Amino acid sequence: MKIHEYQAKQILAKYGVQVPKGDVVETPERAREIAAEIGGKVVLKAQIHAGGRGKAGGIRIASNPEEAEKIAREMLGMKLVTYQTGPEGRIVRKLLVEEALEVEKELYLGIVIDRAKEAAVVMASPEGGVEIEKVAAEKPELIFKEYVNPATGFLPFQARKLAYKLGLAGETHKQAVKFISSLYRAFEATDASLAEINPLIVTAKGDVLALDAKMNFDDNALPRHPEIQAMRDIYEESPLEVEASKYNLNYIKLDGNVGCMVNGAGLAMATMDIIMHSGGMPANFLDVGGGVSEEAVTNAFKILVADKDVKAALINIFGGIVRCDLVARGIVKAAREVGLKVPMVVRLQGTNMEEGRKILAESGLEFYSAETMKEAAEKVVSLVKGVSS
Amino acid sequence: MSILIDENTRVVVQGITGSEGTFHTQKMQEYGTKVVAGVTPGKGGQIHLGVPVFNTVEEAVRQEGANAAAIFVPPFFAADAIMEAADAGVSLIVCITEGIPTFDMIKVKAFLKNKPCRLIGPNTPGIISPGKCKIGIMPGHIHKPGTIGIISRSGTLTYEAVDQVSKLGYGQSTAVGIGGDPIVGLSFIDLLKLFKEDPETEAVILIGEIGGTAEEEAAAYIKAEFNKPVVSFIAGQTAPPGRRMGHAGAIIAGGKGTAKEKMEALEAAGVFVAKSPAEIGNKVKEALQARG
Repeated sequence: MKIHEYQAKQILAKYGVQVPKGDVVETPERAREIAAEIGGKVVLKAQIHAGGRGKAGGIRIASNPEEAEKIAREMLGMKLVTYQTGPEGRIVRKLLVEEALEVEKELYLGIVIDRAKEAAVVMASPEGGVEIEKVAAEKPELIFKEYVNPATGFLPFQARKLAYKLGLAGETHKQAVKFISSLYRAFEATDASLAEINPLIVTAKGDVLALDAKMNFDDNALPRHPEIQAMRDIYEESPLEVEASKYNLNYIKLDGNVGCMVNGAGLAMATMDIIMHSGGMPANFLDVGGGVSEEAVTNAFKILVADKDVKAALINIFGGIVRCDLVARGIVKAAREVGLKVPMVVRLQGTNMEEGRKILAESGLEFYSAETMKEAAEKVVSLVKGVSS
Repeated sequence: MSILIDENTRVVVQGITGSEGTFHTQKMQEYGTKVVAGVTPGKGGQIHLGVPVFNTVEEAVRQEGANAAAIFVPPFFAADAIMEAADAGVSLIVCITEGIPTFDMIKVKAFLKNKPCRLIGPNTPGIISPGKCKIGIMPGHIHKPGTIGIISRSGTLTYEAVDQVSKLGYGQSTAVGIGGDPIVGLSFIDLLKLFKEDPETEAVILIGEIGGTAEEEAAAYIKAEFNKPVVSFIAGQTAPPGRRMGHAGAIIAGGKGTAKEKMEALEAAGVFVAKSPAEIGNKVKEALQARG
């Protein structure tokens, strides 16, 4: 799960990570109040789940409270289009109003799970303010890493080493050590999958602060962190994805026009792939679960056809423990409720497939049946082309 | 022959009295798996599905000689269940549970280091040696005994591959799901090494997906040391970056872990890579013919 910058900073502050003074606002009047409380110059930062805000006009500076109110009025409700949002952009609903700091140095600090090493890794680089992938590609020698031993946790000497490698000394080094250790504590305590401070800044006075903050969390661990779960912002997700999540369905909206609904994540990806190899493009990823129930099929079907971009759809079910007849009943029930809005190819394979196919054939609804994945994909793509021509 | 399990494997089911545990224990028994014990803390002394239930895995091992564990406990308790099985001396642990937090698995893997046991999963359909033993939730009846080894990060996609292979007349020596999570027990390489030593396995199908570098590592091993034909399919060629595709481990992060990179690495290692999932069966045929 992703959260906003202001939420990440709230969490981090609780663990002793230094963040700039500020608060989140939803109205221009409130922006003025916060700016007055902070005093002096403030920065207004659009809160959306996407990077590239600065270049797109999502980060602006105000010299006084009046100007803060004026700028907030312009920013709130605006559509922000960055290289990460896609052309549809995001509506700005919240702004983070923060003290403007005099930046002396921009550094990088990040923590992720290294899958191959099976450990968390804390990464620091003096090349802050640019994408770390870019640094990794061009100057890998400038990324310093410390792996965390699961038995001991992140150790003080590791934080000291990283802070020295960042070229820091004296009081600033001390602050950085505390900053890095606190960031790791926050990362582990919240079951984060990513904590990234980019840039980590050193001010003219020598203070170390998180100018930006990004945190993602392990979805599997969310049930044990209700306070983080409550930070979910459904405005940042596609409405159909929000709907699907209510039924515990894995649904991801994509750019194509061939809908698909499959049991099992691997088979769902493979079905998307074979649609592409057959000349079409998938409109979505939709996994109803390996051990799918009739109810899950019904809900998934509704989400599938609710997508206006879908011109034809492919339902691919490999019955194992799950019986195809049960799946077929769920499909028929949903189709009767919401209608067969687009041509639909159904491929049932495995346990009780004959019975399942019979239920579909005798339903009086017009399903196209297919035996193999290849046949199903070719059929659905030909149907899409028939519809669009 | 088969790897890891056979007709003598004695299975303890952790979480046997739960609904999942009950359902799949019955299916395993029907398949012929020797389920010798169950474990549910607090229910020791009961008999469930004709099997004695114990409070601890240690008792199940001591009294019934269990040497493999199947875990069907809820995600927040599963890491503990794996470590309990390892501590009790079970040599093969199969964790079916989906949804274990990554940090829990980091601790599990550290705990398992230097212990004489192997972990399959979590988030796996399990392992099957057709006609001999099945520990997991896969449909037994689509499998048939034979000479093709299968290693996969997926569930139903593996069944699809098994089905294609079975329909072409080839059977499977052993089929193993390594799990769809970012951190799992046995890797592709661990299993390739076992298949290399298994005289009955003639070829291996490796089913990967986006995320991580397990396929690239497997490709390097295959190129350097593996001496049998390998067929591979990588799911997620059309997956967008930054999105978790169902499996916790199936995510392209920071531009890394794409299907394209994996397919190229495998092709460079001499693997027969199926571009479409419909071609897996035919690629096996091609691979076996090429070997002569």
